[in-house]
Amino acid sequence: MKKKNSLLKKLANKAYEFGFVSKIKTDIIETGLNEDTVRLISEKKNEPEWLLEFRLQAYRHWLTLDMPTWAHLEIPSIDYQAISYYADPLKKNKENKNKEIDPELMKTFEKLGIPLEERLALSGTAVDAVMDSVSVKTTFKEELKEKGIIFCSMSEAIQEYPDLVRQYLGTVVNYRDNFYAALNTAVFSDGSFVYIPKGVRCPMELSTYFRINAANTGQFERTLIVADDDSYVSYLEGCTAPMRDENQLHAAIVEIVVMENAEVKYSTVQNWYPGDAEGKGGVYNFVTKRGDCRGRNSKLSWTQVETGSAITWKYPSCILRGDNSQGEFYSVALTNNYQQADTGTKMIHLGKNTRSTIISKGISAGKSQNSYRGLVRVSKNADGARNYSQCDSLLLGDKCGAHTFPYMDIHNNSAIVEHEATTSKISEDQLFYCNQRGIGTEEAIGLIVNGYAKEVLNKLPMEFAIEAQKLLSVSLEGAVG
Amino acid sequence: MENLLEIKNLHATIDGKEILKGINLTVKAGEVHAIMGPNGSGKSTLSNVLVGHPAYTVTEGEVIYKGKNLLELAPEDRSHEGLFLSFQYPVEIPGVSITNFMRAAVNAKRQYLGLEPMNATEFLKMMREKRALVNLDSKLANRSVNEGFSGGEKKRNEIFQMAVLEPTLSILDETDSGLDIDALRIVAEGVNKLKREDTSSIVITHYQRLLDYIKPDIVHVLYNGKIVKTAGPELVMELEERGYDWIKNEN
Amino acid sequence: MGNEKEYIAIFDSHRELIDKPCARLLNTERAKALEIFKSSGFPGPKEENWLHTNVAKRFATDYGMNLGRVMAETGSHDIFICDVPNLNTHKAYIVNDSFRAADNKGKSLPQGVILDSLNEIAKKNPTLLEPYYNRLAGDGDSIAQFNTTFTQDGIVLYIPKNTTVEETIQIVALLQSNVEMMSNRRLLIILEENSKASLLLCDHSSLQKQTLSTQVTEIFIGRGASLDMYEVEETALTNTRLGHIFVHQDRDSRFKHSNITLTNGFTRNYVEVRLEGEGAETSINGLAIGDKKQHIDNRTIVDHKVSHCTSNELYKYILDEESTGVFAGRMLIRPGAQHSVSEQTNRNLCLTSCAHMYAQPQLEIYADDVKCSHGSTVGQLDENALFYMQQRGVPADEARHLLMYAFAGEVIEHIGIEALRDRLHMLVEKRFRGELNRCKGCNLCK
Repeated sequence: MKKKNSLLKKLANKAYEFGFVSKIKTDIIETGLNEDTVRLISEKKNEPEWLLEFRLQAYRHWLTLDMPTWAHLEIPSIDYQAISYYADPLKKNKENKNKEIDPELMKTFEKLGIPLEERLALSGTAVDAVMDSVSVKTTFKEELKEKGIIFCSMSEAIQEYPDLVRQYLGTVVNYRDNFYAALNTAVFSDGSFVYIPKGVRCPMELSTYFRINAANTGQFERTLIVADDDSYVSYLEGCTAPMRDENQLHAAIVEIVVMENAEVKYSTVQNWYPGDAEGKGGVYNFVTKRGDCRGRNSKLSWTQVETGSAITWKYPSCILRGDNSQGEFYSVALTNNYQQADTGTKMIHLGKNTRSTIISKGISAGKSQNSYRGLVRVSKNADGARNYSQCDSLLLGDKCGAHTFPYMDIHNNSAIVEHEATTSKISEDQLFYCNQRGIGTEEAIGLIVNGYAKEVLNKLPMEFAIEAQKLLSVSLEGAVG
Repeated sequence: MENLLEIKNLHATIDGKEILKGINLTVKAGEVHAIMGPNGSGKSTLSNVLVGHPAYTVTEGEVIYKGKNLLELAPEDRSHEGLFLSFQYPVEIPGVSITNFMRAAVNAKRQYLGLEPMNATEFLKMMREKRALVNLDSKLANRSVNEGFSGGEKKRNEIFQMAVLEPTLSILDETDSGLDIDALRIVAEGVNKLKREDTSSIVITHYQRLLDYIKPDIVHVLYNGKIVKTAGPELVMELEERGYDWIKNEN
Repeated sequence: MGNEKEYIAIFDSHRELIDKPCARLLNTERAKALEIFKSSGFPGPKEENWLHTNVAKRFATDYGMNLGRVMAETGSHDIFICDVPNLNTHKAYIVNDSFRAADNKGKSLPQGVILDSLNEIAKKNPTLLEPYYNRLAGDGDSIAQFNTTFTQDGIVLYIPKNTTVEETIQIVALLQSNVEMMSNRRLLIILEENSKASLLLCDHSSLQKQTLSTQVTEIFIGRGASLDMYEVEETALTNTRLGHIFVHQDRDSRFKHSNITLTNGFTRNYVEVRLEGEGAETSINGLAIGDKKQHIDNRTIVDHKVSHCTSNELYKYILDEESTGVFAGRMLIRPGAQHSVSEQTNRNLCLTSCAHMYAQPQLEIYADDVKCSHGSTVGQLDENALFYMQQRGVPADEARHLLMYAFAGEVIEHIGIEALRDRLHMLVEKRFRGELNRCKGCNLCK
């Protein structure tokens, strides 16, 4: 007689698809972190004095902090002096202000499916490609400019639009917010900057593609999106990294400002290298993402599909400051092998009649640990606030863990806050039923998992959704048994 | 006529307990067989063993299907070879729509047969036709597989899937259980419409009422893990009149 | 922080006084607990398990501690009756932290059942208690360690195997003092194989002075045994109650617990159920009614250590005025605890914008073939229902009471003793109407 679970056993391990290393000449500064490192980064980027001051303040504050330990994660100690805080894959060309793009680099992004030549681009998507610490190319800049939309790298924005950057930078995520936010503020290298002017609906999806290539480097990008009154933008973010035995650190900040009647959709497909089947290597993904719905009737929607990284520590949040503002968080987090994820959101209701929705789908396989952690806070003056949270966990196998840690802090009696959570597994009956209809076990698991995650995948833009579906199936290969 | 299925001295156990104790049965192309018998005689075990349910272990005997050793095939390959079981208790699969489910099934079968996957337009057209054939509400087709379906809807969905997958040998396991007379008629009509000269069915049932609609050529009585009586359609009436006790007494 | 140092100093300078009247078992465990408490101290305000409940501050008051075991001179138990109408109970008292026998009018418990002073039994029959005392609380948090360090007496309830105690056992705990006072009580409840009992614990305090009680209850429920336990807190705004319940359940045992906080000051209840034998079932429920500046914190852990156990949890809060509610319920399914069924529900009503609710349901699951869910809501009374009732002529206030009463009713319905259910329905209704609970013939209430 076949043993129970035997149907779940036959899947083979498939290599991480994006695990190649590119041979690109890269300008890397020496490892280690001190005030001089911060000054050097600022100098390399030719930054104004106020920004250097901002970085130094953050650095000094960082020195007083310890790594947070409250998450359901086992984080090995990290030697912050063994990391290089700046890696630039672009060759410097002193005469020309525009850096020349190495053809190897173009190839790398093409391999990743991110063509940097506009004629090859995905229809209706403008891309900012970030390799290691530096933005290498932003497409469709000119077309967007005609509408007054600014979409460029953060370094460029600091040079070209210093006042705008200064007005908003650090106003959503203060460097005092947490350990990694302070670290990022001190050493952030590049990232994307988006400004959508009043009344403009951005005609195409904006997208940033992050890639860690160089060894022993951390990636500390910083993205700032400002949607002015009555504007709309949909923004996509994708990430990959090579397979390396040592761990790589990624500590990013994303800040979003949403003004009156404006709407921002932020979608992430995170596929950093998760480490191998034995838990060796992989990216530490410690990210602070937060949006401030400042204006009345503003709306911010986070959608994330998290399949990569050895460790994920990430809570994309919404501050619902404007009256009638809305926050949404849709998440699929999949962990396999020895991956650990502690991810969720914070919905901070400050304005009146604010609404938030949280849909979280966790999938745990192998020996992984997958936690949802989310806070819903309704402050004293947030009359009429509403929240609905649904957090489901799917367990594949009996060696993994699925955990749910919601926090509800309610300080207003007109609030209605609801949280529900369930756990389930893929039953042998479901698999056998699929088998009987001719669908192999591996494909059946893919189908069922995608069905389970559908509510979230539906929120992604079409092309991303298809990618995400494939990613879920691939990430589960070798998952069970 | 050619033998489609040959079961020889089949013994099977579940959790170490022997349920099938030497089944012999031959189904030729085009035939409809009915397997009747009291509760607990092994009817469902036989259907589950034929489609390769992992909970059951075959301890002795062989099953030849289309000249191949059926017992060596994986459940999905048995399906690809045209073996279809209408489950007594169809399973709910939340979030997976029937359309996506069937697309995956159809294309897996085509791949097995060395055919290109069906394109979306073709597939949807086929789904529409099959839906019409079994009077399946289009709304039902967009819902998750069996989730929140009534008993009748689940069974109708089974017959719809049968229409899509066009099996050579279909096994209807207690398809009549839990159906009122209208639902029963609709399901039976669906089955009859799908019948072709070269396809065969095994209808497993406790009562005669489904067999009023689906006429068997050969009727078997299964009792205590063995086929104890085989006869023509007239046996159905006899069982209806006399019950199963005389069979039990004879054995 | 200096509070813990003061208490350690008190302990060190009075060690002889503390140890002298006590059984060796208590003193041995005391020494171990002291070491743990010395290294941990009181929990800080940022500790995950103590968020929103700043407990160290509660120890700042200069409480008197009756370490010399001076008996309170009033026969409090004679005046404090706490009768439940239509319910015959077998009574015992704990005044502050000392056991006091009650006059049970000639009734006696079944043969072999012990309901007596913990300290006395630990002296008389140490081998009986050794396998149990501090075996669960020994792993407890620093407040539990504090209790073990200072405790000198309490109650032991022992029910031998195959024994059913038909009559409900009622323990009335009373804090009474003319000065600020702290007491550290200890309850040890042992149900051997296939025994059965129901237990009602009533917690009261005197109204004028600041009081603090720590109360650690260890419960062992043997194979096939069954315990129903109901706790009703009716203390005062001046009281701090820090309760711990540790439960060990063997195979096929049953535990049902309801905790009703009717009136209180600052309350923290910790319930930890360890399901150690397959087929064990547990049901833990709570109702908290808060107003003024009351603080009610219920923290529960249901630990599914083995397979095939079932747990159910229902906690409801009704918070009025400036009261604060904290609920944290953790369901832990250990690796291998397959076929666990665990369901948790937490529902909260906030009646004013100054009331605060912190809810934290938690699932921690390490096995895949399980059925686990939790749901938590914070909301208000249904306005449509209010209006509907008003339209039919029910005054708004009355309608509100009716709905609140219905909301609370779900928890009360879990109580297995009809007379107690009736009593609680009445007490809760009175509570909503703002009437003080008074039981006839009770001096304290007059």
